[in-house]
Amino acid sequence: MTDTATARTTPSPGRRATAPSPGRARLRRGAIIASFLLPALVVLGALVVYPIVFTVIRSFYDQGGQNFAGWDNYVTMFTNDTTFTAIRNNIMWVIVAPASCTILGLIFAVLLEKLRWKTAFKLIIFMPMAISMLAAGVIFRGMFQESPNLGVVNAALVGINNIFSDSADYPGARPRDGFGIVEDRGVIASADTIAPGGTQDFPLTGIRATSLPDDAAQAIPAANASDTQITGTVFLDVLRGGGGTDGEIEPGKRGLPGIRVDAVAADGSIHGYATTGAGGDFVIDGLAVGAQYTVALPASNFDEGFQGVSWLSASFINGVVILSYIWIWAGFAMVMIASGLSAMDRSLQEASRIDGANEWQVFTRITAPLLSPVLIVVFVTLIINVLKIFDLVYVIPPGASKPAANVIAVEMWTVSFGGGANQGLGSALAILLLVLVLPSMIINVRRFREDRSR
Amino acid sequence: MSDLTLVRPKKTVAQRILGVFSSSIVNIVLLIVAVFWLVPTVGLFITSLRTAGDIAATGWWTVFTAPAQLTVENYTNLLSNTTITGSFLNTIVIAVPTTILVVMIGAIAAYGFAFLQFPGRDWLLIVVIILLAVPLQVALIPLARLFGAIGIFGSVLGVILFHTAFGLPFAIFLLRNFFTQVPTELLEAARIDGAGDWRIFFRVILPLGLPAIASLAIFQFLWTWNDMLVALIFTNSESQPLTVAIQSQLRQYGANLDVLSTGAFVSMIVPLIVFFAFQRYFVQALLAGSQK
Repeated sequence: MTDTATARTTPSPGRRATAPSPGRARLRRGAIIASFLLPALVVLGALVVYPIVFTVIRSFYDQGGQNFAGWDNYVTMFTNDTTFTAIRNNIMWVIVAPASCTILGLIFAVLLEKLRWKTAFKLIIFMPMAISMLAAGVIFRGMFQESPNLGVVNAALVGINNIFSDSADYPGARPRDGFGIVEDRGVIASADTIAPGGTQDFPLTGIRATSLPDDAAQAIPAANASDTQITGTVFLDVLRGGGGTDGEIEPGKRGLPGIRVDAVAADGSIHGYATTGAGGDFVIDGLAVGAQYTVALPASNFDEGFQGVSWLSASFINGVVILSYIWIWAGFAMVMIASGLSAMDRSLQEASRIDGANEWQVFTRITAPLLSPVLIVVFVTLIINVLKIFDLVYVIPPGASKPAANVIAVEMWTVSFGGGANQGLGSALAILLLVLVLPSMIINVRRFREDRSR
Repeated sequence: MSDLTLVRPKKTVAQRILGVFSSSIVNIVLLIVAVFWLVPTVGLFITSLRTAGDIAATGWWTVFTAPAQLTVENYTNLLSNTTITGSFLNTIVIAVPTTILVVMIGAIAAYGFAFLQFPGRDWLLIVVIILLAVPLQVALIPLARLFGAIGIFGSVLGVILFHTAFGLPFAIFLLRNFFTQVPTELLEAARIDGAGDWRIFFRVILPLGLPAIASLAIFQFLWTWNDMLVALIFTNSESQPLTVAIQSQLRQYGANLDVLSTGAFVSMIVPLIVFFAFQRYFVQALLAGSQK
């Protein structure tokens, strides 16, 4: 800190001599500032800012990067079916996912205030935030498997459906040949017409004895029919262990209960019907004397029945993936909003309650407006996050429905790394993501400036 | 709230009944919600405790009627699977240094932004805030080339650098916000005692900022641990973390659900422990910065 040093480094020699070596001090100051900021700035410059510039430029070159391609990649992006589906799906994501998470989070946050076990509830809802989207994807793909034996969602749906639909189903049933009954497009019917007073039995095969309902009892021979009745028995024409006489009702052959039997007139209209009892016997009553009827077992008796929904097919896959996203991120919205609520001064709400406002008015007129800054933060964060969604879409859809579930980030990966090797188009897709994030960036910067000026 | 109830007009009997009724409805509804939220994780855990044969034949919920099928076989198999154990180690080798780097570089930069005066500081800070929202996709292609050129493509080093860079804006933003709340008197006092900025940073700010640093560290650790995309591109079969090792099993989904579910659960164990042990800090990190 000698005077000579000062003279050498001070750019403006007219400075007051009393200041202790200002040039050297400034240099020192600069060195200190640099020592704090340079590491971060170098890393951010080299690994974030430089790549952005590079990607912008790269997006105007062709797939190998040698030839300038102008806007070609951007045109391709919006005209190519695959990429366009990805863009469309991303837009749908942005519309559906952040709003769902925020609304759900808001509902949870408001409701859980009344809970004694609110900490436990918060932990349970928030926990998926801690695990990887890969693990979440594996979980949801398993839950929505198509077979109701394996996927819990379809298992639950089939279970509920079975409670409410009482009709018994006998998939695979076939008529025993040579006993006057035929099968046509799933309907099993008498080959000839029957007049009231007659009897038509239905010996069936092709049903596994193990899949009979529990109430299936020994087959009962049909009762004698009156002038207005047609009677008969629907039974499984198979003896356990084999043997017996085909078409005969014998001890050991069981009736098929719960089967609907129609009496169909010549014009195709149904004049009467009955449902078989435990022994497979039925009596169709109230038929016209002297008319002729075909006795038919409608196809609904032999349906597979409801076997669940193909959740992972192209039609539903986006819903399933978005649902998995909501499972993860609703907790984030809830925690943010709940902390906003707990930080809130409640005197306004109390005052308005005393003034006679009901809870709904208190919520919509006071609580919600006071919460709006938090809601905006949550919403913007989720939009930024949803735009670059990758892992869930990469993991959950099986091969066949991958194209239907495609999003920009997955398409970007596919064309530039996952076999596509078109880094021009990949760069353009990355820039599209950046452009889509711009409004959120502006909101962030604005919020920051408002905070500072306050 | 409770001290104000005295002021409130007395509730009628009908209102009281309605109150009890609605609070029990809320309890029931949220209980159902909580069960729905738990089922996926519980299902995965139970699946990982069943043999491949059982998994292919029936759903995990059958254990409630036939608990004998539970076994730790999948886990012992996984332990002898060197791909999985190796990738588990890789995940640690990636996540720990990344967290340390982000916290270190982020903390000193945050100090600079919070306490040092220099021209253009506010503009630089706005750049940092802009960078908060940059999708990492924009860096995949250039950094793959850059890392290839300097020979670290395919190694854990590339992944560490990538995550460090994209973790920094959040780190700076979060820690700066925290540091600016430190009472200026403390800094003034230290300055008067003749302490330089580095000394103030280590002796005053860092101890005071520990809760914020813990929040950031936990957030960054979970983020890096759970990443798949960056590692999918920047690692090879030698350096891949758990997420990448597990996703390579996806193609035979259904046939190897035993490996997949067990692997997925193993990948969740560390985040879950961290989460339940430090969830307060994790929540604080989200509250303080929430733009990631």
